[in-house]
Amino acid sequence: MTSTLPLLSLLIWLPIAGGALVSLLGSERAGAARWLALAVSVLVLLVSIPLFTGYDADAGTLQFAENHIWIAAIGANYHLGADGISIALIVLTTFTTVLTLLGAWDSVHDKVNQYLAAFLVLEGLMIGVFAAMDALLFYVFFEGMLIPMFIIIGIWGGPRRVYATLKFFLYTFFGSIFMLIALIYLFLQAHSWEMADMANLHLSATAQAWLFFAFLAGFAIKVPMWPVHTWLPDAHVEAPTGGSVILAAIMLKVGGYGFIRFSLPMVPDACQEFAWVVIALSLIAVIYIGFVALAQEDMKKLIAYSSVSHMGFVTLGVFIAMALVRKDGNPDAAYLGVSGAMVQMISHGFVSGAMFSCVGVLYDRVHSRMIKDYGGVVNTMPWFAALWVLFSMANCGLPGTSGFVGEFMVILASFQMNAWVAAAAAFTLIIGAAYTLWLVKRVIFGAVANDHVAHLKDINAREALVLGAFAAGVLLVGVWPAPLTHLMDASVRHVVDQLMQSKL
Amino acid sequence: MPFNIHDIVLLLPEDFLLGAVCAILLVDLFLKPAQRAITHWLSIAALLITIGLILADADPATTAFGGMYVRDGVATVLKVFILGTTAAVFVYSRGYLRDRGLYVGEFYLLCLFATLGAMLLVSAGNLVMVYLGLELLTLSSYALVALNRDSPLSSEAAMKYFVLGALASGMLLYGMSMIYGATGTLDLAQVQKLSAFVAGGAHEHQALLLFGLVFVIVGIGFKFGAAPFHMWIPDVYQGAPTAVTLFIGSAQKIAAFGMAYRLLAGGLDGMQDHWREMLAVLAVASLAIGNVVAIAQTNFKRLLAYSTISHMGFLLLGLLNGTPSGYAAAMFYAIAYAVTTTVAFGLILLLARSGFEAEEIDDFRGLNQRNPWYAFIVMLTMASLAGVPPLFGFFAKLLVLKAAIDAGMLWAAIVAIVFAIVGAFYYLRVIKVVYFDAPEDKSPLVLPADLPFRWLLSLNGVALLVLGLFWGPLIGWCYRALGL
Repeated sequence: MTSTLPLLSLLIWLPIAGGALVSLLGSERAGAARWLALAVSVLVLLVSIPLFTGYDADAGTLQFAENHIWIAAIGANYHLGADGISIALIVLTTFTTVLTLLGAWDSVHDKVNQYLAAFLVLEGLMIGVFAAMDALLFYVFFEGMLIPMFIIIGIWGGPRRVYATLKFFLYTFFGSIFMLIALIYLFLQAHSWEMADMANLHLSATAQAWLFFAFLAGFAIKVPMWPVHTWLPDAHVEAPTGGSVILAAIMLKVGGYGFIRFSLPMVPDACQEFAWVVIALSLIAVIYIGFVALAQEDMKKLIAYSSVSHMGFVTLGVFIAMALVRKDGNPDAAYLGVSGAMVQMISHGFVSGAMFSCVGVLYDRVHSRMIKDYGGVVNTMPWFAALWVLFSMANCGLPGTSGFVGEFMVILASFQMNAWVAAAAAFTLIIGAAYTLWLVKRVIFGAVANDHVAHLKDINAREALVLGAFAAGVLLVGVWPAPLTHLMDASVRHVVDQLMQSKL
Repeated sequence: MPFNIHDIVLLLPEDFLLGAVCAILLVDLFLKPAQRAITHWLSIAALLITIGLILADADPATTAFGGMYVRDGVATVLKVFILGTTAAVFVYSRGYLRDRGLYVGEFYLLCLFATLGAMLLVSAGNLVMVYLGLELLTLSSYALVALNRDSPLSSEAAMKYFVLGALASGMLLYGMSMIYGATGTLDLAQVQKLSAFVAGGAHEHQALLLFGLVFVIVGIGFKFGAAPFHMWIPDVYQGAPTAVTLFIGSAQKIAAFGMAYRLLAGGLDGMQDHWREMLAVLAVASLAIGNVVAIAQTNFKRLLAYSTISHMGFLLLGLLNGTPSGYAAAMFYAIAYAVTTTVAFGLILLLARSGFEAEEIDDFRGLNQRNPWYAFIVMLTMASLAGVPPLFGFFAKLLVLKAAIDAGMLWAAIVAIVFAIVGAFYYLRVIKVVYFDAPEDKSPLVLPADLPFRWLLSLNGVALLVLGLFWGPLIGWCYRALGL
């Protein structure tokens, strides 16, 4: 580590300060607001690159640490740090935010400055979630994210936006407040808010079980897992394109990240004991929600359900690892599961972000998200169609795209647990292909459906840049996942080591 | 009791405020209505100087007049915030009062007398002092509620407040008499020594003392507005002129905490096992009634009234911990609540114009399009009341939840957070009205020309965020006040 700059603090506060500045520009100066916001987000992306290049991945430890006393009276610290897992998600955040702001260039005209400011503030808070090593600080960022998103969906959303955004907020608030109780309990035991200290506690099986379910309430709603996923389709459908992209690409990952950072190291015995609960729920998500996706007539809703189904793989991977450890203490297979879950999170970030951006491109032109309003788009938008098909293939998990890598790893890990679990998980490859390809068939291929489609213009340079960047991510992770897996490798091993140790 | 000049010196802040109030009373008599600003600024100056006097001579903890008056860390912190919020109330209220023909010296004098009462209450070391401080505070408040004497709503509110308040005072006094009967002393320090002994075991006065405790708790519950003694809160909040509601809703809640602290933590400390259960019942009932009934409100002042009830439930959760860190949490909560409520009522005063009360939630509709800055402050206030981090209100909730869990009241903490989620709904609804709804009148908000008001409101609103990020010094001060 050569840099002495407080990189993580910079990554958190730069976008927040930029957001404040953008909002001060006032709603009249939309052009200036756009350029300033873009400049800030690009700057943040650039700042996040030294994180990626400067990280000593072989060590797999927490690096770039910053530790200051925050609230001395109750022992809370402003403690930031990042390991491979955090860095992968932070870079995903900075990358996606740039594309989101770029994507909203022409599609948002009302209170542009507030829109952009909300996204920048959100970016800072999300990075904070991934960088916080103090549980209270984590919680502050975790909950703080709700307000900008609440505003984004509520102001710039569709017709049922108020319902959707209230549902989003209350669901998430409900889950996380139980997590707060769990954290306070852990604090009273550990006399410290440090996540590392909490992970070193010895807790009884009963206490672990309660804590496990409190964390489950918080993170399962965020992921979201079946049956608490119902806020997600509403939120996605009503959110503006940028909101959907950030929600799917980053905010859902916070749930998976939480499982890895809190549930696994702090209550490993309860995680092993109740792994079957999460595995069952994940399989239901993967299969049942896949079928639900098949029945959707709204493109955004279809992709939202597809997200739930794909995120099922993340929770499956994480808790298959727990089940494997319980079954035969096999760290390698467990490593495969957690690794697969992480790769799946990054991949899903690219794919779902791209898919929602694609829907945004169509929506800007036709102002409809209904599948029946489209058909034969390939005839008028060939470039767009090519990219859409690529993302669809990634969504199905085609080898060579990012979607394949994570799912394959998780299925492989599941196989060591039980062939039936693996078979059920692998079923998603069929059902995922079914709903995705059917969507492609109905929207992209076929004869030109109506006048709207006949008058469509192909993507412009800005949209091509956004979708092209997503495509590059999808292909890079698909063809050459080594940099990504290497980045996370030692850190994931560290997590697996932790979950192997009983805390009883 | 021998007269001692040191006692007078020790009470210098109170002496000064009393002198200042009398001086302002006389000065105001000779002022023409156009010169009312002199009363206004004199009152604010009196409050600020009193704060200065308190801070200048805050240590060490001691007593005066044979234990009647206590000077300690808790009293200092509470007084500073009581005086500070009262000064803010004056700044916020001026334009509102002027528009309604209520810009009279009585408002200032009554508020100052009430503040003096609050100061004596939080410094009380004797049951009689508690009662005297409380009466000075509440009698002034009854009159304040009726300030707009031509308004039937105001008069009705004042009547209700007075009748229920008198009843609660009677209960409190009755309880005090029983405590006196059981322990033979009015001095809280003596009561503290004796109460544990009398309440435990088979003492002949055990039942008497327990009855006394129950009546005292009723009096405290009434002052807080905790359910089931909350009936006066919605009517008084709605009926009183908003400026008065602001005063009753903010500074007086800090005083109420002071009273509970003196009586429960000070005098009846030995009976924790008894009052903890009672407070838990009050807390849960307040959380339930406050949050559930608030959902149905369309009037913003009534909404804040029910919100107060639920917040007092939270505050009691901190109190029932019964240790210094629990009291610190409750004290922090009272301060956080007062600071947040001041902004909330300040916003009503901002929107209220001559002949128009911005009382309905719908009056806030589309504020974001008319003035994004104040819309942002509404958002901060509501998020703070709902307890969303990183705002001030969240950390207050965090501390009381921690105190409750620490006291082994996990069930109460869980009930509290479940109702906090219910509460989040109606706070969010206000944000929704401000941000998502279109205004009927799209013209930019006509702001009052009163610059101190606008600056203070902005500062107060931003403080919710700043104190949320940097609440270390404040909680540190609360902890030190309780000797932690």
